[in-house]
Amino acid sequence: MSGKTDISWMIGGPQGSGVDSSATLFSRAMTAAGYWIFGKREYHSNIKGKHSYFQVRVKNEPVLSNVDPVHLLATFESTTAEIHAHEIVDGGALIYDPKVTKPEELEMSKSVVLFPLNYDELIQQMADETGQHVTKLAIMKNVISVAASLALLGVDLSAIEDALKGLFTGRRAKLVQSNVQVAKKAYDAIMQVAGWDTFAFKMAAPTNPPAKGSRLVINGAASCGLGKLKAGCRFQTYYSITPAVDECIFLEEHPEFGTVVFQAEDELAAVNMAISAGTTGIRASTSTSGPGFCLMAEGLGWAGISEVPVVVFDYQRGGPSTGLPTRNEQGDLLFAIFGGHSDVPKIVISPGDMHEAFEDSFNAFNFADRYQTLVVVLPEKQLANSTQSIVPFDDKALKIDRGQIVEADKDYREGDVERGIQKYPRYQVTESGVSPRPLPGTPGKIFWMTGDEHTEFGHITEKPEIRMAQHEKRMRKLDLAAKEIPLDLQYKLYGPENADLTIVSWGANKGPILDGMKVLSSEHKLTVNFLHIRLMCPFPADGVAKILKNAKRVLTMESNFSGQLAQLITMRTGIQIPHQVVKYTGRPISETEVVAASLKVHQEKTERVVLTYGH
Amino acid sequence: MVTKTLDQPLKAAQYKTELHPDWCPGCGDFGIINAIQQSLAELQMPPWETYLISGVGCSGKTPHYINVYGSHTLHGRSLPYALGAKLANPKLTVVAAGGDGDGYGIGAGHFMHAGRRNVDLTYVVFDNEVYGLTKGQASPTLKIGEQPKSLPLPHISQGVDPLALALTSGYTFIARSYAYDAKHLKNTLCAAIQHKGMALVNVLQPCPTYNDLRTKEFFAETLEQDGFQVPRVYYLTEDGYDGQVKNPQDTQEVNQKRQAAFERMSRIEDRVALGVFYQIQLPTYDELLKKNLPLLNQYAPVDIPYFDQDMNATTDLSSAQDAFVV
Repeated sequence: MSGKTDISWMIGGPQGSGVDSSATLFSRAMTAAGYWIFGKREYHSNIKGKHSYFQVRVKNEPVLSNVDPVHLLATFESTTAEIHAHEIVDGGALIYDPKVTKPEELEMSKSVVLFPLNYDELIQQMADETGQHVTKLAIMKNVISVAASLALLGVDLSAIEDALKGLFTGRRAKLVQSNVQVAKKAYDAIMQVAGWDTFAFKMAAPTNPPAKGSRLVINGAASCGLGKLKAGCRFQTYYSITPAVDECIFLEEHPEFGTVVFQAEDELAAVNMAISAGTTGIRASTSTSGPGFCLMAEGLGWAGISEVPVVVFDYQRGGPSTGLPTRNEQGDLLFAIFGGHSDVPKIVISPGDMHEAFEDSFNAFNFADRYQTLVVVLPEKQLANSTQSIVPFDDKALKIDRGQIVEADKDYREGDVERGIQKYPRYQVTESGVSPRPLPGTPGKIFWMTGDEHTEFGHITEKPEIRMAQHEKRMRKLDLAAKEIPLDLQYKLYGPENADLTIVSWGANKGPILDGMKVLSSEHKLTVNFLHIRLMCPFPADGVAKILKNAKRVLTMESNFSGQLAQLITMRTGIQIPHQVVKYTGRPISETEVVAASLKVHQEKTERVVLTYGH
Repeated sequence: MVTKTLDQPLKAAQYKTELHPDWCPGCGDFGIINAIQQSLAELQMPPWETYLISGVGCSGKTPHYINVYGSHTLHGRSLPYALGAKLANPKLTVVAAGGDGDGYGIGAGHFMHAGRRNVDLTYVVFDNEVYGLTKGQASPTLKIGEQPKSLPLPHISQGVDPLALALTSGYTFIARSYAYDAKHLKNTLCAAIQHKGMALVNVLQPCPTYNDLRTKEFFAETLEQDGFQVPRVYYLTEDGYDGQVKNPQDTQEVNQKRQAAFERMSRIEDRVALGVFYQIQLPTYDELLKKNLPLLNQYAPVDIPYFDQDMNATTDLSSAQDAFVV
């Protein structure tokens, strides 16, 4: 049977009503059925009641982003349709509860096919059959919407059973049966509605469906968390903040690794505890978002001057100040690099997708140890809260790099006081800038750490020549990092070497840009290549400059107001980028927008394109 | 590996570094570092397994003068640093030190929360009622209405009572000592370090340069009380006070001891009591952590293995990853 290979599904509802669970169920069901999904989650800074939605795109091949149009909108209350019905494409469908939603009052295309679904009746039937009270079963609205959606998309009901079995395990396994039961009712109910069989956006059968159990359906926060665990991070501090808290809770939910996850009293404590833990040799990290990251600036300076390995995750969100607490922005780039007084040897990396999130989270700890300094990882809310079906992370051949750690002398005998109390020149000036580091607890290697400028032993000094030697030594580590960090972790050029248009971007814009490039090439015959920059500090200036100098027309694409990457490129390479595409609504850039903005720049030579789509 | 036997006794002198403190002549800090060195020697703490962590200010320089692993951290942050180090590597003996401005001013939030956690730490506060290093501004312990010579105008904020704050925050060892009472201070520090849990030793310390109210002479004065001459400074034990809770499960005893401690620690009257106001043995954070994270019964967090001899990352992620498999 022929059918579509790329559709966009959306579900919405008040926060706390199970929108997330529905989307997770849908995503897992579609993946179980052999498709690939990419989903974004949009929510308010609110516990219960305000409108939230989840948009999931389903394709027959790996998918990296969302598109703006909606082919199937699933609702169980009135607000979602009021807000989103206009996004439904011609011939698309609306699933709704006729008791609360009046389609004739909605602003939407006349050709939208209507699928009323009597939620209360289905739930009443379940109540009668199971003997449970209807209020206890109200949450089943979620399964009902998902099952109805599957029916319309032409996906077998068994996919939902597979998904439910994966979600409800252990003590909750008994919930599978009743959910399957209600799913079947919803599936059958939709087939009673006229037009279900002629719905224009039924999915084609999956081509080469991957084997069951061969993929992950995962979000960015968990991808980062897994990378941290693999790296051996066993100390994580945090102060509750959206969206960083998701990763912290993920780590806390896995006590089997022994990771100390410490909820501190504020971000000052969080960062300084992590730094101090780092002095003991444990792999330590803290995760935060913009406002908390601002509070951490002083501590990061201390880690820099004391040369302590520590990893800081700043999950960027809309700012300044509290800004848009639950929305997306790439607004912390320049602060992450330059925040804090004076010059600090700092490594800043920004992952672009789930695999890079895992990989960068892992590598961050190796960099921190190797260069004995702080590493800032910059994911965005967009990455943290997106869900994607992916092939599992390749974690088989990963190597740990602890850098230069000084052990006790080989011939040290336990309890030897004379040798045990000896001190050690921890901050020896070396050519590479890296000095061997003992850990407290090591006999005969006593040293001091201080936020003041210091001697080789770590004692305070204000002598100009020592200040210069130590400051230069610390900053030299960045030159070393720039030389040693593999180029493919620094930046990557996607697409043909020569192109009509070169898009430069960073972070999770990678997905929509890569997807958009395909559309630009196939539908608009525009050759586009894409420079994705991942290492922000030390900045790969030579490599970037070389690519930009060869490019015909360059545009940057960023989720912030001022084009922070564009500014950084100019600062590091002297190259002015003529076109900027920016979005600062707090919503992520979509494939649809990448295509439209690229065409606008190409055709109209527009200098600044401001993207606005999304509720 | 924690050292069990030493091949010779450690002497106080071996806890000194070659640096000469740059504090003013007559500074109470000298008495405190001597007492820290003496107490570490008395307890035979291997310097390489001891980690002294300070904040910023005159007292912030303390680690540089003591021959143990040292960290001179940020203003007000000595406690987060101490907690981070101790939780990551509980085999270390961790002592935090800092001034009253550092601990009760810029670091007050951490001071309170450290009490809630009952991590096995000792916190020594150098309390001289002024910010010496910036030329003598009022610290949080300076009483209202007072005007040491460094203040242009009388002080119009209330002074905080750090011991009462510690009591309500959950500190399980609360003591006051005096910088020039070498023996009492040493003994108090020994008891604090040996206490399992969060210990506070607030040390009254003259600042001869900026605080002309709390001088050595002030603390040495005698006062008239009920027709008798009595020394201003006295020991709690003199009249049989015992702040130690014998049975932590006995809520009546706990309440009595807390109330008695609160009354005695107050400095509303002119006399100054020294000693241990309150001590209770409660589960430490470390012990509770082991219940949540059973692996810690086997390894200190810093020792949990995650790579092999060839530096391959060995953590098996399946338990965390399986939930995402479809």
